[in-house]
Amino acid sequence: MKVVKNLYRDKLGRASFIFILLVMLLGVFAPFIAPHDPLAVDMKLRYAAPSWEYLLGNDHLGRDILSRMLYGIRPSILWVFVALILSVCIGAIMGFIAGYFRGNVDAIVMRICDVMLSFPIYVITIAIVAILGPGLGNILIAFILMKWAWFARIIRTSVMQYVELDYVKYARAIGRSHIHIIARHILPVTFSDIAVTASSSMGSMILQISGLSFLGLGIKAPNPEWGMMLSEAREVMFTRPELMIAPGVAIVIVVLAFNFLSDSLQVALNPQLRKPKNRSGLKPFKTVLNEKEVAK
Amino acid sequence: MLKVNNVDKSYGTNGFFKNNKQRILRNINLECDRGECLGIIGESGSGKSTLGRLLIGVEKPDNGSIEIDGKSIYDRENRKENISAVFQDYRSSINPFFSVEEAILEPLKIYKSNKNLTRLIDQLLIQVGLSPVYRHRYPHELSGGEAQRVCIARAIATEPTFILLDEAISSLDVSIQLQILDLLKALKATYDMGYIFITHDIQAAAYICDRMIIFKDGQIQETIETNNLPNVKSLYAKKLLHNLITF
Repeated sequence: MKVVKNLYRDKLGRASFIFILLVMLLGVFAPFIAPHDPLAVDMKLRYAAPSWEYLLGNDHLGRDILSRMLYGIRPSILWVFVALILSVCIGAIMGFIAGYFRGNVDAIVMRICDVMLSFPIYVITIAIVAILGPGLGNILIAFILMKWAWFARIIRTSVMQYVELDYVKYARAIGRSHIHIIARHILPVTFSDIAVTASSSMGSMILQISGLSFLGLGIKAPNPEWGMMLSEAREVMFTRPELMIAPGVAIVIVVLAFNFLSDSLQVALNPQLRKPKNRSGLKPFKTVLNEKEVAK
Repeated sequence: MLKVNNVDKSYGTNGFFKNNKQRILRNINLECDRGECLGIIGESGSGKSTLGRLLIGVEKPDNGSIEIDGKSIYDRENRKENISAVFQDYRSSINPFFSVEEAILEPLKIYKSNKNLTRLIDQLLIQVGLSPVYRHRYPHELSGGEAQRVCIARAIATEPTFILLDEAISSLDVSIQLQILDLLKALKATYDMGYIFITHDIQAAAYICDRMIIFKDGQIQETIETNNLPNVKSLYAKKLLHNLITF
């Protein structure tokens, strides 16, 4: 609750959170909100400028860009977000185990990570698509399989900084369980690293998925997806640059919102980063020893 | 009674293909009674802090045993009520995300219900010379002496049988060191706790300890009563004593 209160106090954090929530709700309720069918082709409206009926205009097949943007939230944000959360969770669990327990456990986990990271992401994705078939779900599975190792490495390094600190030693000395120590002492301090890494990955994941969709491995045309919309607009980027504005700006704003939210979360979680409260009422307290005793 | 029997400890390079072991502690035997302050004196790298980590159960010895009243400290349950610790670096001794209250509550939550804990925290803070208003402060808002007092309050909160003081005053100013030593003396008398006082400062050890173990290269060189300190036999202990100023 304290974290939520602190987050609520931060205007930028609050705005980012509301914005992300709003975008996700728009994605969930896209069929009820979208003004037109996102797949409906009307060649008469090809490259039509924005109008009251088509607020963001129409694309090269005369489809409504706004409706495609709304439907595109699901694969572009919602599913990427789910894949990111899953890969961060797996990476965090492995990273915490490796960084906290060290020794042979660390060696085994890190060698698995090395093997996973030695494959180029496109190669492993193509291999998974070859086995499971094309589609967004399979692309996301490939991403989870590849990304967790990267997160595990980063989180393990972060955990190792804190595991030897005296307050962790103290908690172990008084008989606290490993789970308690990880949850109460290590997770909060490493959270900022995890949040920053995850939020910075959000943008790159959106763009990588769009790249794979462009190669015909992910989302299949004519289904809408922001990255693919950007790729489609690329062909006319010099003659119709406005087609890139809506998906491009949307990706930038969503990634920015995730970055702002992760920054605000860091501040909300870390008392050292918060603004100090007014301590004017605090006066030095007389110690148990008086000056005579100290002199003696 | 805290008893260390024939303890050895080595560190090696981790991995499947490497096995480079370096022996840190060799055949350590020592005892410390409740109410006694046992000093472990030695220079940096002599293995004092490794012994400290073994004494609080953070690491296990390769050979030998460490027991409190006949029970192994490597059983977490035996450690809970019996062991506590105060470390050198006050900056890293308290979780930066915990307020003073949360830090002191941590050991208390293991044993006691939440009732009256607020009052107990106030009492503990007063006992270590801090105002109860400090309970809502965070570690970065405390001075070194204040943070170390909070660590002491946390250590005595459960009235443990033994407290490990691992270079507990080394990073403080000299005037604060003396205050903390006096505080520790007073608390030992109040709670009848045993102290294991690990330090490289023989002067501070002479001030607070009843008995001292002179430690070198992971081995005990000599054990001596503090009031018999001028009569040390080993050459190393004599060298350590060379610059001692008597109080």
